[in-house]
Parts: sequence; C-alpha cells; structure tokens
Amino acid sequence: MRINWRPYIAGALVGVLATVSVVVTTKTLGKTQFLGASTTFVRGAGFIEQTVEPQHVKTNPYFIKEKVKLDWQFMLVVGIFIGALAAALIDGSFKLEAVPPVWRERFGGSVGLRAAGAFVGGIVAMFGARLADGCPSGHGLSGLMQLSVSGFISLACFFGAGVVTAALVYGGKGGVR
Amino acid sequence: MNEQWLGLITGIFFGALLQQGRVLRFEKQIGAMLLKDMTIMKFMMSAILVGVVGVHLAVAAGLAQLSPKATQVGANVVGGLLFGLGWAVMGFCPGTSVGAVAEGRWHALFAIAGMLAGAALYAEAYAYLQKNLLAVGNLGKLTLPGVLGVGAWAVIPILVAVFILVFVFFEKKGL
Repeated sequence: MRINWRPYIAGALVGVLATVSVVVTTKTLGKTQFLGASTTFVRGAGFIEQTVEPQHVKTNPYFIKEKVKLDWQFMLVVGIFIGALAAALIDGSFKLEAVPPVWRERFGGSVGLRAAGAFVGGIVAMFGARLADGCPSGHGLSGLMQLSVSGFISLACFFGAGVVTAALVYGGKGGVR
Repeated sequence: MNEQWLGLITGIFFGALLQQGRVLRFEKQIGAMLLKDMTIMKFMMSAILVGVVGVHLAVAAGLAQLSPKATQVGANVVGGLLFGLGWAVMGFCPGTSVGAVAEGRWHALFAIAGMLAGAALYAEAYAYLQKNLLAVGNLGKLTLPGVLGVGAWAVIPILVAVFILVFVFFEKKGL
C-alpha cells in the first residue's frame, strides 16, 4: 500500500497554523480569530455596492451586522491568493485552465458554459453559506476544531447535498468513471 | 502587529498549504463528492485532528477562547444543503476559489463573481429571513461536549480515533 502523505501533512500543518493563529490573535488582538472565508464575500459585495449606493449599504441590516471593512479575515483571504500563487509558481504546478477536465468530459469544452455553471453555482453556494453562517473553512475546519454542534450539522449538510448533486451532475452514463 | 497584517501573513501560510495539499482543484473537490478521491477529506480531517487538540490545549492554558458559531438548526440545514448544491456545480468553496485562481484555474473567477452576487442577494434577503427561517431551532452556541454534559477531553480522543479509522479505510480502498 503506497500512501500519498501530501494531503495529510499539509492538512496537519493547517491544524498547527490554526492553533498558532488562535493563540497569536488572542494575545495581540484581544479576540480569538478562527479560520474562515465566506464572510469576506459579504464584505467584498459591500465594498462593490458602496461605490454605487453607499446609503443602501449603510442601512442594510446584514451589512451593518457583518461590518463592511478590511478586517482580519478579509486579509486572510487576500493572503490565500498570495500563498497559493507563490507555492504554485515555486513547485511549477501553476497551470492556466479555463475548463477543468472533469467538467469537459461531461459538458464539453465551452468556456461560456463552464463560466455560467461556476457563476450560478457560486450564487447558490454563497447564499447557502451565509444562511448556514459558514463555509467548509468556518463551519468545517474551525467549527469541528471547537467541537461546535453547528459545525457538525452544517458540514454533514454540505457534503450530503454535494454528494447527491455531484452524482446527478457528473455521474451516471457517460460521466466520470 | 495590526489585525490586517496578521490576517495577511496567516492567509499566505494557509494558501500555500491549501495549494500543497492539492485541495484547490476542481477535480479534487468533485472527486470527494463523487466519493472517488478523498484528498480534500484527508486534508480537512487532518487539519481538524491536529487543530482540535491544539485549540483545546490553548484554551486549557488560558491562551485562547472558544468562539463556536450559534446552532440554528433551520438555517444550518437549509443553508448547508443549498451550499452543497452550489458547491458541486461550482467545484470550489469560498476559500479555495481564491487559491484556485492563484494556481491559474481562472474559471474560478466566475465562481468568485457568483459568490459575491450570492452574498449581495443574501444581504437583501436577511431582514426577511430573520423573521422566519433564521428563527427556527435557535439553540445558541452549543458544543458537542456541552450537549453530552462531558468535558472536551472525553470527546477529543474518540474523534481522533474515528478519524484515524476513516483514514485507514480511505487508504485500504485506495480513495
């Protein structure tokens, strides 16, 4: 049995990073910060809407609740981009891709169709993530690290619906083996 | 060091580890949902396994506080299912979409645009949802040890053991 240790080692190091991060943020910011990503999309949407309708963003109860500002998590997400770019360039795994192979096998090479799928899927997923109050980082990683009940419920629902949808979309005849 | 710099530096490490774990890729995310390639499960569960011990040690040492998200059964379930539906079509989650663009998988830009639109839509729906779905099954900030009436260290070894058994299962099945 040949084991590919890569996901285990990288994952375990994320566990170390999360631990160091809760200690450092508690000490320096006075507030424990856990890894997460989806609230940043709310702030991102708020920043964009502010440029056309500042008054609307100021009075919207959800933007008021989540605070449209460049906070710790927003910069964490910016950092994900920089870190992933650096790692991909260093080990040579950077590759321009418009349509992923699995998608191409099922739906063909149309960039427009892939873009539409990613866009519509993104709308549904983010609406769901905000309703559930977290994504696989916030509910999955950080939720389970804290043994949070909402984390277990949400992660089970993420995967449950993901498995059923993926089987319908990519599985079946002519789908992915 | 200020909040923004600390977030940025943590994010750079997080992004590099996501990339090195190979979990940013569409085929890995879909592979897990098709139950054919458990790379992202191995990655997430390894992070949780180390993190659950680390975070609870930090809390026990008085170096951090837990901040679990509130359990809102209605919103967690409906939102969670909607997320899963969109996730399977999009092929990325919020954190990995940004890293996927950095890896050159630029179709993730459309996923990011969709997610920004989804967040904007949710901001409009929030006032309405507060009156109904968000009020269903509000149980507050629950943790598993709290519900079971035991200490965290009674639950953690069981979680660790279960995860290790799942890893053995994945490797035996070549997933």
